[in-house]
Amino acid sequence: MLPTIFYIGLSALLFVIGVCGVLMRRSALMVFMSVELMLNSANLALVTFANQWKSLDAQVMVFFVITIAAAEVAVGLALLVMIFMRKQTTNIDSMTTLKG
Amino acid sequence: MELVIFSITALIAVIGAVAMLTSRNAVHSALFLLMNFGAIAVLYLLLQAPFLFAVQLIVYAGAIIVLFLFVVMLLGAERDEDETNPIRWQTPTALVMAILLIAEVVYVLISNPQTTVARVGNANVFAAPTDIARALFTTYLLPFEIASFVLLTALIGVVVLHQRRS
Repeated sequence: MLPTIFYIGLSALLFVIGVCGVLMRRSALMVFMSVELMLNSANLALVTFANQWKSLDAQVMVFFVITIAAAEVAVGLALLVMIFMRKQTTNIDSMTTLKG
Repeated sequence: MELVIFSITALIAVIGAVAMLTSRNAVHSALFLLMNFGAIAVLYLLLQAPFLFAVQLIVYAGAIIVLFLFVVMLLGAERDEDETNPIRWQTPTALVMAILLIAEVVYVLISNPQTTVARVGNANVFAAPTDIARALFTTYLLPFEIASFVLLTALIGVVVLHQRRS
């Protein structure tokens, strides 16, 4: 029997790596992949707690999270392609149209 | 035995994540992310979630990574990105914040009482795919319908975004 702490620790580590990716990489595509990594680490934590409390609800919730993530990726990547067609770059520092 | 499987899988997951973060080529990043998703799917199996194991592999490793690779190759973005960061202090600050976050997590985990997760292959499986299906189509019927609506909205949104302006 493994302590819950192992899984939660791994989940936290993956989440922090995702945060680093969002903060450090400049390509919007890489930022997007890091966000996916963070979503996955949160899912891992949810499944761990579902196992600990023998509850089905968290697993159903993870299923919904995965569904919404799929929709979000489709829309996000479509937006990214649109931005690339306009600006010929995916660098997030060049997206300053809304800057006041 | 379980500890061995967990250690190997966790190592693969972390290596995949770090390699995704550090590799310059976007195609390599997407493939390392695939490795990480696969490792997480194995962890779901360890946590007695066979349904989510399948969904993770089909939706994340199958659909989402393929979509990422498709866009990377469509944009030709696999070349090195421009690494001149206009905010010079951003990377060191990000690293310091990450270490702080890790320290906080370690503190919280250590200061709490230990609990364990159930052994793999327990006789009374609580989350067999049939149980999840029953919950999904009874208790969670409304969220299920809303999720299908969200997917439809995303589909229409993508089509509208890429319409040719006349």
